[in-house]
Amino acid sequence: MIKFTINNIELEAEEGTTILEAANEAGIKIPTLCYHKDLKPYGACRLCMVEITKRGWPSLQPACTYMVFDGLIVETDTERVIKSRKVIFELLLARCPDSENIKKLAAEYGVIETRITLADPENCAMCGLCVRVCAEISQREAISFAFRGDKRVVQTAFDKMSPQCVGCGACAYVCPTGRITVEEADD
Amino acid sequence: MPRIGPEDLERIGREAKNDICAKKGTSGARVLVHMGTCGIAAGARSVMTALADEIEQRKAEDIVLVESSCAGLCSREPMITVEVNDKPAVKYVDMTPDKVKDVVAKHLVGGEIVTEYAFSMGGERVLQGRNVAYRLNVMVCTCTNCVANGALQIKDRLDAEIKARDLGNEIQIAPTGANGLCVRGPILVVQPDGISYQSLKPEDIPMLVEEHLVNGRPVKDLMATPVDGESPIPATQDIPFFKSQRLVVLRNRGVIDPSKIEEYIANDGYRALAKALTEMTPEDVITEIKNSGLRGRGGGGFATGRKWESTRKHDDDMKYIICNADEGDPGAFMDRSIIEADPHSVIEGMAIAGYAVGSTQGYIYIRVEYPMAIERLNESLEQAKEYGLLGKGILGTNCDFDITIFKGAGAFVCGESSSLRASIEGRVAEPVSKQIHATEKGLYEKPTVLNNVETFANVPVIINWGADWFAQIGTDKSKGTKVFSLAGNVVNAGLVEVPMGMTLREIVYSIGGGIPGNKKFKAIQTGGPSGGCIPASLLDLPVDYQKLSEAGSMMGSGGMIVMDEDVCMVDVAKYFVEFCVDESCGKCVSCRDGGEALLEILKRICSGGGKEGDLELLEELCSAIGDVSLCGLGKSLPNSVLSTLRYFRDEYEVHIRDKKCPARVCKPLFVYRVVAEKCEKCGLCFEHCPSQAIKWEQNQIAEIIEDRCTKCRICREVCKYEAVITE
Ligand SMILES: Cc1cc2nc3c(=O)[nH]c(=O)nc-3n(C[C@H](O)[C@H](O)[C@H](O)COP(=O)(O)O)c2cc1C
Ligand code: FES
Repeated sequence: MIKFTINNIELEAEEGTTILEAANEAGIKIPTLCYHKDLKPYGACRLCMVEITKRGWPSLQPACTYMVFDGLIVETDTERVIKSRKVIFELLLARCPDSENIKKLAAEYGVIETRITLADPENCAMCGLCVRVCAEISQREAISFAFRGDKRVVQTAFDKMSPQCVGCGACAYVCPTGRITVEEADD
Repeated sequence: MPRIGPEDLERIGREAKNDICAKKGTSGARVLVHMGTCGIAAGARSVMTALADEIEQRKAEDIVLVESSCAGLCSREPMITVEVNDKPAVKYVDMTPDKVKDVVAKHLVGGEIVTEYAFSMGGERVLQGRNVAYRLNVMVCTCTNCVANGALQIKDRLDAEIKARDLGNEIQIAPTGANGLCVRGPILVVQPDGISYQSLKPEDIPMLVEEHLVNGRPVKDLMATPVDGESPIPATQDIPFFKSQRLVVLRNRGVIDPSKIEEYIANDGYRALAKALTEMTPEDVITEIKNSGLRGRGGGGFATGRKWESTRKHDDDMKYIICNADEGDPGAFMDRSIIEADPHSVIEGMAIAGYAVGSTQGYIYIRVEYPMAIERLNESLEQAKEYGLLGKGILGTNCDFDITIFKGAGAFVCGESSSLRASIEGRVAEPVSKQIHATEKGLYEKPTVLNNVETFANVPVIINWGADWFAQIGTDKSKGTKVFSLAGNVVNAGLVEVPMGMTLREIVYSIGGGIPGNKKFKAIQTGGPSGGCIPASLLDLPVDYQKLSEAGSMMGSGGMIVMDEDVCMVDVAKYFVEFCVDESCGKCVSCRDGGEALLEILKRICSGGGKEGDLELLEELCSAIGDVSLCGLGKSLPNSVLSTLRYFRDEYEVHIRDKKCPARVCKPLFVYRVVAEKCEKCGLCFEHCPSQAIKWEQNQIAEIIEDRCTKCRICREVCKYEAVITE
C-alpha cells in the first residue's frame, strides 16, 4: 500500500490510484469536468489541479491523471490552486455561456461572472467525454476531435452522417453542457 | 561497398582526401556551391547550372563541382567557395549566373581572384580538440602527393626537434590529409596562426622550429602565402561574422560534400562510434556524456547523460532512440541546416546513444516540409548501412542499431515529446500527462531516449575529444556551443555557432553586424514562441540556459530574432500568442481558451479598445495558463506577453491610455498627415498612392483622405521633402 497525505490527512491506496480517486474515497472534494469514473482519465479541463510537493518542489498537477506515490503531499485548496481554478472557471464560462451546469459549478467556487470574451463561444467545453464514451463504452468510435487549437470541434468522420453511430445517445447523456442532443431520424 | 571494421576508417578517410586532391588534377579546382535550403531559395540552383554549363563549354573537366551545405551567412547567398590547388579557398557571395561565369573565366581558368565579388579567403575557425590543449598545432600533410615529396622525413625531423627542445606538452604535430596546396608539398600548417609553409626540406626544419614555433616569428621565405603580400581580400577568420564563431556542431559545414560518407569519414567521422564500440563500455560512454555537461538543445536543457543513464537502467527487450527534428519554431532553421550540412554527425550520435542505452532501433522524426534534409538523411542512412556502420554487427562488433525516418506533417506541437510519440504510433498528436518519464515508458511503452538533432551532433565530438575538452567551453552550467538562427532586423542574418556565455551584444553586433539602416536596437526575441523578448538594457547578458530564463526568456531550440526601434512590442506579443493559439492542439482549456483570451485582449489593445485593468487581467491569465497547462506549449505560451509586459509595460500603457502606437505599427492607432509647410506640391504621393487616398492638384498642397488611407506607407517613402508624417 502507498502512503501519502491529502490536506494533511494521512491516507493509503493501491499502487496506480490517482489523487482524484483517493480524494473521492476519502470524501475530499476536487472539482472536475472532463472526468468520469467509468472512462479513462483525460486531463483536459484542468479544473482538478491540486498542489503537490515532489522532492521539495511544489507544482500544480491534475488530480485525475496523477498517481499517488509514497510520501506524496497533496493540498487541494492552496492560494495558488484557487487562483488558477477561478481563471479556468472564467474561461469555461466564456466558452459555454449557456451551460447551467458550468454556471452552477463555477458558482460553488465563487465565480459568477467572466471578464473574458472569446471570438466564438459554442457551449462545448471540449471535455471529450462524448468522444471517450463512444469509443470506450459504446465501442463505436463514431465521433472524434477534428482540427486543432481554437478550431477544434467534435465531429463524425468528414462531418457526414456516420454509419458507425448506432444512436445509443451515450454521448448526449454524458455531455456536461447540453451541447449534444439526440434527434429521431426517419430510417 | 564492403562492410568495414574500425581499422578501415582511417584508410577510407585518407583515400577520400587523396581522391579530392587527385580529382582536382594539377591545374584544376573544386568549387563548392553552398546549397542549403536557404541557398537554393536565394538562387543557388541557377548558379550551379550556370557553373556546370560554363565548365562544360570550356571543357574544363578537371574542375570538380560540389553541392555543399549552407556556409552560415544566409543573407549573402547564393555563395560559393573556390578551392584552386595552390591557393587558399576563396568565398564569393551574392552570386548570380552571370557573375559566376566571370568567376570561372577569371579565377578558375585565369587564376586571378575576382576581387569585385570575393568576400573572404581561407577557412573558418573550427574549434579543434587538439588546438585547445596545445599552444600550437603543427599539421603536416601526409597525402600521397606530399609523402612522395618527403613529408614523412619532415615529420620525423619535426618530432626530433620538438623532443630535443622538450616542447611536447606545448606543441602537437598532427598528420593531416590533403589540404589543397599539395602540388607544392610537403606542406605544413601552423595553427592557430593559420600560416602555411610549402616545398619544405628537412634541413629547413630546425630554423623553422626555432623562429616560428619558439620565437613566434613566422618565416616568410618558406610561406605559401606571404602575409605581407597584400591580400586583396580579407581572411575568412578576420571577417567579424566568422571570427567570433566556434564550430563544434557545424564543424563540417560548407567544407564537405554532405552526400559522400567518405568525406565525413575523412574528417574524423565515425571514429567516435568505433571508439565507443571497441574501447568503451556503455557505462563509460554515459559517464563521458555526463561529465561533458551536455544539455539538451531542443528547449528544455535537460542533462543528456542523465537521460541516457535512466534509459539504460530500465531493462526491457526493446528500447528506442528518437531524434527530434520537428523544428516547429517560426524563424528557426538550425536543425534543418545541421542535417543538410552534416547528416552523418547526427546518425553517428544516435548510434552511440543506441550503444550506450542498449537500443537497437532509432527514429528520426522530421517534418515533411524539409524535403532536402529528408533526402540527405535517406542517402546517408543508405551509405552508412552499406559500410556496416548501421544495421547488424556494426563495424564488425556485436552491436546492432538501425534508423528509420518518420515524416511528420509539420505541427509545432508534434515537437513536444508525448505528441511526437503519439504521432509515430499513429495516434493524434496530443500531449498526455508525463508523470512517468519516457526513459521508462516512451514510444510503444518502451524505454526511450528523445534528443534534439543538435544534441546528437555534439555526441561524436565529445567521445572523440573528451568530456574535459568539451566542458571547458561555455559557462558553469551550460557547456559547449549553441547554434542559433539569427534573423530579423540584423545585417548578417544566418546560422551562427557560438560558445555558451557569449553576450547578446557580441552576437548582434560583432557577428550579426548590427542593425541595418542605423536604426536603434530595441529587443531580441529568443527561444521561439515559448521564449521572450529581451530589451537593450540587457544586451550584455551572457547567453546560457540560466541567464536567459532569469531574463524571462529561454534558450529554446535557438531562434534569435532581432528587433529594431520600428517594432511594436504589443504587436510582437500578439504575433507569438497567435502562433501558439493556432498551433495549440486544443486539448486543454488553459492553452486553447486561455491563449485565445489573451489574443482577444491583445487584439483589442492594438486596435484602440484597450481599457483599464487589461494589463492585470493579462497577468492573471498568464499566471494561470503557465501554471495549469498540460504540456510545454501551454506552459510557455504566456512568455511573450509576460516578458514584453516586464520590459515594455509603458508601451502597453500608451496603447491603452493614449490610444497610440509609439512604433507606428498598430494601424488603427495612428494616421498619416501632410505637413503643409514642408509640402513642395510635387504630387509624387498622389501619383504613387494605390488607394486614391490623396487629394492633390497642380500647385496645391497634398492632403490625405483618412477613410481611404490603408496606411501602406508608400506616400511617406516617396516624399522627397519628408512632408508626410505619422501622428
Ligand atoms: C510545443 C513544443 C515543441 C517542441 N518542439 C521541439 C522541436 O521542434 N525540436 C526539439 O528538439 N524539441 C522540441 N521540443 C522539446 C521536446 O519536447 C524535448 O524536450 C526535446 O526534444 C528533448 O531533446 P533534448 O533533451 O536533446 O533537448 C518541444 C517542446 C514543446 C513543448
Ligand atoms: S478532471 Fe482532471 S483535467 Fe478535467
